[in-house]
Formats: sequence, C-alpha cells, structure tokens
Amino acid sequence: MTAADAQADPAGAQAAGSTLMIEHLDVTYRVRGQDRRAVRDLSLRIGPSESYGLVGESGSGKSTVALALTRYLPRGGSVTAGSIRINGMDPLAMGPAALRDLRAATVSMVYQEPGRALNPSIKVGRQVAEVYEIAGEDRGSALERAEQMLRTVQIADPRRVMERYPHQLSGGMAQRAVIAMALAAEPSLLILDEPTTALDATVEAEVLDLVAALREEFDTSVLFISHNLAVIAQMCDRIGVLYAGELVEEGPASEVFEQPRHPYTVGLLRCIPRGGQRKDHGRLDTIPGFLPPPGHALAGCLFAPRCPIAQDRCRAAAPPAFITGPGRTARCYLHEATASLPRNTPADLELPSQRDARRPVVRLQRLSKTFDSRGAAIRALVGVDLTLEAGETLGLVGESGSGKTTLARALLGLIEPDEGSVVTLDGQPLQADARRRPRDQLKALQIVFQDPDSALNRRHTVRRLIRRPLRRLAGLSGGPLRDRLADLVRSVRMEDRHLPLRPSQLSGGLKQRVAIARAFAGGPRIVVCDEPTSALDVSVQAAVLNLLTDLQVKEQVTYLFISHDLGLVRYLSDRIAVLYLGRIMEIGPAQAVFAGPHHPYTEALLSAVPSLDGQRPARIRLQGEIGSPADAPAGCVFHTRCPRRLPTGECESSEPLLREVGAGHLMRCHIPVDQLAVLQGGSP
Amino acid sequence: MIGSGDLSPPGAEVAVAAPPARGQLAPWRLLLRRPTLIAGAAILLFWVACALLGSAIAPHDPLAQQLLATNAGPSGAHWLGTDQLGRDVLSRVIAGARSILLIAVAATVLGTLLGTALGLVMGYFGGVIDMLASRLVEAVLALPVVIVAFLFIVALGPSTATLVVVIGIVFAPLIARTVRSAVLVESQLDYLSAARLLGEKPAHIMAVEILPNVVPAVLVEFTVRLGYAIFTVATLSFLGFGVQPPTPDWGADIAANYGVLAAGYWWETLFPALAIASLIVAVNLVTDSVEQVLAS
Repeated sequence: MTAADAQADPAGAQAAGSTLMIEHLDVTYRVRGQDRRAVRDLSLRIGPSESYGLVGESGSGKSTVALALTRYLPRGGSVTAGSIRINGMDPLAMGPAALRDLRAATVSMVYQEPGRALNPSIKVGRQVAEVYEIAGEDRGSALERAEQMLRTVQIADPRRVMERYPHQLSGGMAQRAVIAMALAAEPSLLILDEPTTALDATVEAEVLDLVAALREEFDTSVLFISHNLAVIAQMCDRIGVLYAGELVEEGPASEVFEQPRHPYTVGLLRCIPRGGQRKDHGRLDTIPGFLPPPGHALAGCLFAPRCPIAQDRCRAAAPPAFITGPGRTARCYLHEATASLPRNTPADLELPSQRDARRPVVRLQRLSKTFDSRGAAIRALVGVDLTLEAGETLGLVGESGSGKTTLARALLGLIEPDEGSVVTLDGQPLQADARRRPRDQLKALQIVFQDPDSALNRRHTVRRLIRRPLRRLAGLSGGPLRDRLADLVRSVRMEDRHLPLRPSQLSGGLKQRVAIARAFAGGPRIVVCDEPTSALDVSVQAAVLNLLTDLQVKEQVTYLFISHDLGLVRYLSDRIAVLYLGRIMEIGPAQAVFAGPHHPYTEALLSAVPSLDGQRPARIRLQGEIGSPADAPAGCVFHTRCPRRLPTGECESSEPLLREVGAGHLMRCHIPVDQLAVLQGGSP
Repeated sequence: MIGSGDLSPPGAEVAVAAPPARGQLAPWRLLLRRPTLIAGAAILLFWVACALLGSAIAPHDPLAQQLLATNAGPSGAHWLGTDQLGRDVLSRVIAGARSILLIAVAATVLGTLLGTALGLVMGYFGGVIDMLASRLVEAVLALPVVIVAFLFIVALGPSTATLVVVIGIVFAPLIARTVRSAVLVESQLDYLSAARLLGEKPAHIMAVEILPNVVPAVLVEFTVRLGYAIFTVATLSFLGFGVQPPTPDWGADIAANYGVLAAGYWWETLFPALAIASLIVAVNLVTDSVEQVLAS
C-alpha cells in the first residue's frame, strides 16, 4: 500500500456534506524565536450530526486543534499549512466581521471550567439571553427563549437560576448553563473541550446524558475532546487518537477500542484497569518514555522511541496513514502486529500470600469534625467508625463534599477532630494535632497528596526533599543517610541524576515519585493516597499505581486510597468505604461492594462510571447534587436524592444504622438487603 | 528505553530522558535583556560610584569655601557653579550621594528584614497574632511617614543611625503586609502540611520552607521601598532633620540655597534636586524590570 492510497478518503461519500473538514492542518507556536509544531498534518472530517472524539494525553495538541478551528489561537500560534472548512466556509480566510458571525452562529465551544466561561458579574439569565439578542431578538423574547433553553438543559427551576450569578451555581449547574448558551445559537458544530473533567462522576454522567440527548434534539455535529477514553467511548461515533500533534489512529469508536491498530492506542488502553481487573491479576502495562518535546524534528515515526515493536524503518521514515479497515486508518507500518504487542511491564506481581492475620493498625471511633462557617456548623464528618488493617488497601469513595479529604486530614492530625473522637494506632491513642505527635507517630502516618506541584516545595531540590524526611523521621545522618537515600531513590525508580533537579524540572509522574519517596522515607505503617494519580496522564498513572502496589508488597504498608475513579479503586482496594455527607453509607470487601447488592448511593456511583466496554449496570441517576453538610437532611441523609426511597416515609423520618449485610459488609439503609438485591436485578 | 537486563522494568519510563525543562532563561538573564533595567542600573551605578569615591573624584573639595566666588554661575572652573559660600556645586552633588544612599539603603534593608520577619509570623500563625499585628500595622500606616519620623528624631536627636532606624521601622509594616499576603498564598499549599507531618518546628517552616518562596515578593518590595526611602531621606534632610551641615547632602543643600532661587541662582537648587530625581527614577526603572521579570 502506498502513502497516496492511504491518504485517500476511506469513506469517500462523506466528503461532500461534511460539517467540518480539516485537511493537512499544521499549527505552529512561535516560542522565543523558535517555531514549534503543535499539530502536524492533521486531516479529519465530521459529518452532519456526527459525534467525533479526539483523544490524547496532555500536550498532544487536542485543544490547539479546537482553538485553531475558530481562530482563537493564543498569540504566537498560527496555522502554517492546511485548510479548514466549516459548513464549506473557511475561517482562515475570514475578516473580523465574518469570523464574528461564524463564532456567533455556526460554531460553539464548551470548555472545561464552566466558572471561567461565564462572566462573574452578569446574571446567568442575561448571559444566556444575550445569545438570542445577538441573533436579533428583542430583550423580552430573548429572556423567554433563554428560560426555555435552560429548561431544555434540564435545569428544573430556570427562573430562579436566571436570577443568580455564576458563582452561586454548582459546577454541574454552571456547565449546563454554558451548554445552554452554546446551543442557543443552534450551531452546526459544537466543540466540547473536556466538558466534564472538572465535575464529579455523578454530575459528569448527568451532563454526558444531557449532551447525548441534546445532540439528537438539535442535530448538531460534535467535536468532543477528552483525555478520558471511557467518556469518548460512550459519547462518540468515531474517534481520532492524537499523539504529539499527529492523528495516529482513526475509526469507529467501538472498533478502535475493541481492536486498536496503533501501538500507542494499544498502550493507552492497557494502562487502564478494565472489566473488573484487580491488582492480584497482575500489573498494569505502561508506556515508557515521554511525549517528544513540542516542535522537535524527529525523522521517522513520532512514537518509535516509546514503541516496543519499533523497527529500523520506523525510525527512518514517518509512516503514512494506512487503511486498516472500512473507515479506519493507523499511522503504523506494523499495524497488523499490534494485536500481539509485547507488554512493556511484566504482569507478574508477587502479592503477599496470606493476609488472613487481620490485625487492626489504626482504628477510628466516632470520628466527627464540625467546621464553623460564620456561625453555621458544617458537619463534615459524623461518627465515622473505621478500622485499617495491616497491609490492606481501603478505598474511600464519594462525591466531592462527602468528607473523604477531611477524614484523611483528621487521621493525619492536620485538622483536629471534634471532642469525643478517638483515633488509635496499635491500640494507643494518637495525638489529635500532628504538631504534638512524637516521632514514631509521625513516622507511622504519611500521605501522598493529589497535586505534586502543591505538595513539593518548588524551591527545594529532589535531594533535599527526600533527605529531610530521612533525617527527621528515620533519624539518619552521614553514611547511613546517604545509603538509604540511594536505596529510596532506586525503589521509586528514579535515578541519581534527578537528585539535583527542582520540581519544575520534572515531569508530573516523576514529581509524584518524589512525593511517594518522601511518604515512605520514615518506614510508614499507613500511607494516605489522596487521588495520587488524578493530576497525571493515563500512561503515567499506570506506572505510579504499579509503584504503589510494589511498595505495598515490599514494605507491608496499609493504604487509605482516596479516589473518585471507581475503576482505580476497584483495581487497588481490598476493602471499600463509601462516604456521603460525612457518614459511611457502605463498607465492605471490594468484591462484595462491587458485586452487590449495593447501597443505593453506591449503585448510583457505579452506574455513573463510563465504561470502555460499553457494559453498564442498570443505570440509575441521582437527582441534583450532593447536599450541604451545613444542613444535612433529616432521616437518611441520602433520601433527598435516593432513587430507591421507601414509600413508607421511613427514610425521611429516621436515620438508618450501619448494619451488617454480609461478612464484614455493612450498609446504612432501611431497605432490607434481599429486597435491594431484587431491585438491582442481580446486576453485576 | 532501557535494555531488557535492567533491574527495574516497572520503572522503565524513567530511564528515558526527562523532557528538557522548557527553554527558560534564568531570571537574571532575562533582566539583562531589558533596556529599562540597563538605563536604571547605569544611573544607579554612577551614583554608587560617587558615593564610594566621593571627594576623590570631585574636582574640588566639597567643603572648601571660596568667599570671593560665591553664587557663581556654571563655568569652566565650576561646571555646575558655586553656592552662597562659594563651594563647588558639582563636588557637593558628587559627595552628597554618600549620605543619601547609605541611609536609604541601610534603612530599607532594616525595614525589609523586620517586615519580612513580621509578615512571616503574621501569615503563618494567623489567628489572634495576625489580627493584633494587622491592627498595629494599620495604625502605623495611617500616620504620615514624615510625621512619625519627626517624632522619633526630635526625641532621639538627628543622627545617621536614628534616621536609619526610624525609616526602617516606619517601612517595616508596609513590607510586612505584602509578605503576609504572599505567605497566605503559600499556606494553601500542601507542602506545608507535608512539613508538619515531618514534625518541623514553626521557625524551620517559616525560614526554610516558606521564605524561599516569598523571596520574589520581598525583592520587589525592597526595590519599591528603596525609592520611597530615598525620597524620605531627602525630605527629612531638607527639613533639617537629616545630615547636618556642612556635610554635603542633597536635601540639606537645597534647603540651604533655595532662598536665593528668587535672585536667579537656580543652579544651587536645581542640580541637587536633579540628583535626587535621577536617583529615584533609576531605582524605579530597576524596580519595574525586576517586577515584570518575576511576574513573567
């Protein structure tokens, strides 16, 4: 097959009536006098009412594509080659007036942060109505249509929402308002750039459902940009995988995820725990190396340095886009060999043979925390009883605002719990404030924070960041300190040459390794992992998770693993605790919690997770968003959103107790467990 | 990628070179590219040289009176003329750089040290300490600098040391306020929690963890205050509370000679005034550059 053949449009028929047609697009940023190509020879088409997903890791150029389409490239960025046609019009050739019309009427964008897309000083109603006014309606009818539109995006009480300012809306509500504005102009092309990344899983599910429903209703073409493969799998008809600004694979979503033909796509998919995979099934695979720096001039395939099957010809000349099936292309000479791609990381993993000796290490009893906010008592944690056992991983899940981080910080002594709370380590009470804890208590409990940029002092070198805890907690100095430092650096798979660097000189994954080394320096008993990979790319996430698993085996530590990603929690956890408004709603062995019967809240969380495999448990959706801990509902705190609320009124009147429903499996629900099992239809 | 014989396959990805740090230049390299900085620094260096060498480079003795050549206009012998006592204006301007620079720099250093320490304590401890200190700072800020300085100088008697201490103390609250807000930004970050989990003492956390991160704010504040300090020193000298005659001093010289301005002897007032202005402009040029480079 020749390159010329491969470049030919596989479907042919789409050519005529494409909503969006990009051909051989090159985008270059000029940085300090040097040109850096961010998008390379990109061609794609989106047909009328088609949904196209663009996936890639950070730095792959996916947002640059979106910005180039509407000529919103930042200063220094320019389209240096290729063409763009939106409904047959060329935005690159447009004057200011035509461009404004294009942005007003033909293309709409929705960004990641709804808070930034709205003007903070204008009421929501006016902002939505403005779109209609620009389209030529008078003020009254514009407001009327804005109200209709807000109703369409399933805002229950649009009149009230219209009277509010953006900061008075929750994240999900604000994103709905932004989507309402985007759709108000009835655009032919809707660009969604990570529209749900900043939202909770339950809210994300609602917003995604909404976008899917509106797409039908408005018959709009969608360009959906995300780093989240599962979201793309759920939302898109066709997808394109972007790597270093190049479209490396393209095709129908289900086929690409089923049978990826480019080694990069294969690698990405292997990095994610799928279909109930657990850590005892073996390590996750990783993609070694890094994205090439923007603008480098590499001969040959861009992915070759990280590819396990790269050959000499891959390094010599860039591969063309090969047609690998109807409507499918892959930029790889070896696209036929990808099914049997060797692993980068061996799967074998020694797990501790027996954890039967269930020895409690830390016990939390009646742990409560009340914050005072201008006189209002915010009960962030209410009577939490929890035991952490030696060598286990306890997954802690719940929406933001459920009290996960408060629980972790109270355990660590970073915030003081309310009077009457008891935290014991090996039966001995722990000082409530970390500042008063003796060294052995400090040593025992450490944390890996979510955001390594915030967790590492940016003025300190890696050596200093790791040496200090060795000195403080392990009490080492001189020769033994040097030896242990070298050991520790090796055990988090870093090298000596990283030691003199500062955090800003490290990639995200390396920064998180430094944070992990710091947490392990004193030989901890318990390490809190607070969303340790949520700031990282998929390929890096897998390596960090493998490292955490390896260290757990080696050091016999207990993890309290906080995450909003239920896939990760399922992969890592031995037990799972589900938190809602500061109360444990369900706790039990991971298998039992995932297998069900579930607490209705757990059920809702599970059905909110987009899945790569397209198998979804019976979908239930929550009403609204997590309530305020300042005025938790009476009775069961979850009853206001519970889809399975009892008609007897019991849920509204009395708070259920946490009672045992299976071996070590507790649930806080009035509905008898066998009835829950029936309601949930034996869902997986 | 590393070979298959490596000991740590799960970490193979770190064996590949980390992405090179973005081609960022060190801040001082960026500074040197700014023409405003070059101009400001040149003027500043000129005055520093004058302050250091003083009478060694002055064409005449700045104290020598020539009673036969008083109030002489600029000429070949006296480029900037002579004053009422027949002293060479150029020589007095050159030698006068010493007192103003010495006092202003020393006072700003003192104020910055005090202010930074106070700001760190206020921002780190917060609560009651912060509230009390904040009210105190506001109280000091409410009073005009010159009036406060007056009080102290009258009480303590004018001397170089008094001036340095007074201006330093008066400037400290301003600097403390800036440092405090920078510390508050830092205290949101997790590395301070991490330090607490290592059992670090407050003094260590403030000096080793937080201070290096607020240094840019302190630097900007220092250069801004230096400009104000020069102006304050000149003002106090002009009012007679600074360096005492016959020591050459710009402010004092303006005060001594502005009475004869009406008689047309403009050079005796203009040149010391120009010297003050040029020094303040030079400091502000440097300040702007430092601020912009640190902000970028």
